[in-house]
Amino acid sequence: MSVMTLDDLRRILVECAGEDDSTAVAGDIADVPFEDLGYDSLALMETAARIEQRFGVRLPDDEVLDLATPGAVLDAVNKAAAGV
Amino acid sequence: MSEPVYVTGIGVVAPNGLGVKEFWSSTLEGRSGIAPLTRFDSTGYPARLAGQILDFDAAEHLPNRLLPQTDVSTRLALVAADWALRDAAVNQAAMTDYDMGVITSNASGGFQFTHGEFRKLWSQGPQFVSVYESFAWFYAVNTGQISIRHGMRGPGAVLVAEQAGGLDALGHARRTARRGTALVVSGGVDSSFDPWGWLSHLSSGRVSAVGDRDRAYLPFDTAASGYLPGEGGAILVVERADAVARRRAPQVYGEIAGYAATFDPPEGSDRPPGLRRAVELALDDARLRPGDVDVVFADASGVPELDRAEADAFREIFGPNGVPVTAPKTLTGRLYSGGGPLDVVAALLSIRDGVVPPTWHTADVPPDHGIDLVLGEPRNRSVSVALVLARGRWGFNAAMVLRAVADGAGSARA
Repeated sequence: MSVMTLDDLRRILVECAGEDDSTAVAGDIADVPFEDLGYDSLALMETAARIEQRFGVRLPDDEVLDLATPGAVLDAVNKAAAGV
Repeated sequence: MSEPVYVTGIGVVAPNGLGVKEFWSSTLEGRSGIAPLTRFDSTGYPARLAGQILDFDAAEHLPNRLLPQTDVSTRLALVAADWALRDAAVNQAAMTDYDMGVITSNASGGFQFTHGEFRKLWSQGPQFVSVYESFAWFYAVNTGQISIRHGMRGPGAVLVAEQAGGLDALGHARRTARRGTALVVSGGVDSSFDPWGWLSHLSSGRVSAVGDRDRAYLPFDTAASGYLPGEGGAILVVERADAVARRRAPQVYGEIAGYAATFDPPEGSDRPPGLRRAVELALDDARLRPGDVDVVFADASGVPELDRAEADAFREIFGPNGVPVTAPKTLTGRLYSGGGPLDVVAALLSIRDGVVPPTWHTADVPPDHGIDLVLGEPRNRSVSVALVLARGRWGFNAAMVLRAVADGAGSARA
């Protein structure tokens, strides 16, 4: 059972750093690199802070910056939540 | 002699007009942007009048991506820069990124944004503070954001000198253009009308507490009672003459012909204030004499002793009633870093149109000021040379000389 879904992450991303006019975050973006989606390291740090606030899962800054795709973020959050 | 440096594009975000056209018609027709503060509940504050920009919707002008990371002052600066570049018909993609610089002034940083994040800090905790606070607050943010948005990797700088800083930025833009950067985006924009920002304005002790918007900011008037703060400013495109000719810029508004900055001596010193010296140095820089100046855009503090000091400087430099003086900023309030650049815009449009806007609302100027203040209505006058002055709190003085450019120097405007 996942604590966070791709739609949850999508909402947080848009809230933290807006939507790009050309590359929308709609659709299956799980494996699209953040760089291609137009989200930089600051946007990811902001996203990690919101995830902690909403889902109680803390992702350390240095680990966050290694997560290259939305799918990798979901994986890390859900594993941490499950205590893996 | 150094290559002349021209202004080829203008972007204005002023309380009495978004865009050059609206600002200029408001300025000539006396439409004021002064109103009681509506950005927050200002009931109970000792002074409530300010020059606010009320018709600006950032989402209409900027990508959604930029909104979570920008203060209102930066949004205004970004839009003013867009407009200036469009006005100058600059094709950034066709230019080398290192040949374009950004040099702005800022006096208060991202106040409203920071106020919101500080509230999160003390009410929710540090982990709730936006990561964008790391740069949204600080003076250089407008320079940085303009530079990123337009891919301008040439010299970037910010100058901070309260109300004098905007002229300092334009002066440094000219220096930068002469040192080899073909095009520099320059000017200043400020906004700080959240409760914290407003208190900071009031703490100067110089903000007028008069409640009638047409009587509150009356520089040089016997009833002068201080100034009103405003928000906004102007961003200009500054280019070396040879670059202007090469790319066939659509118009040249004028030449930045002279610039100087000075500091006042410390309080209690018997040396005179630095304003007169700033004017003399700027005129020397332009190789002009006081008699060549057709109009002066005054700093116009509205604080009686500062008005008197400025009038003294005018009499000493130009002789009694020796030159028309004006201060259209009575319609906008003092815009801090935006004040000098917006006055430069008014000066350039005076050159273009042969008309000097008046100091709206001021009516009763003491004869012993000995200044020819333009009052009541615009004055038709051919303007070849305009002088713009700005003083910043804590002793900053800046003077800039703008000169008409004859048709043919890259100019398509009749």
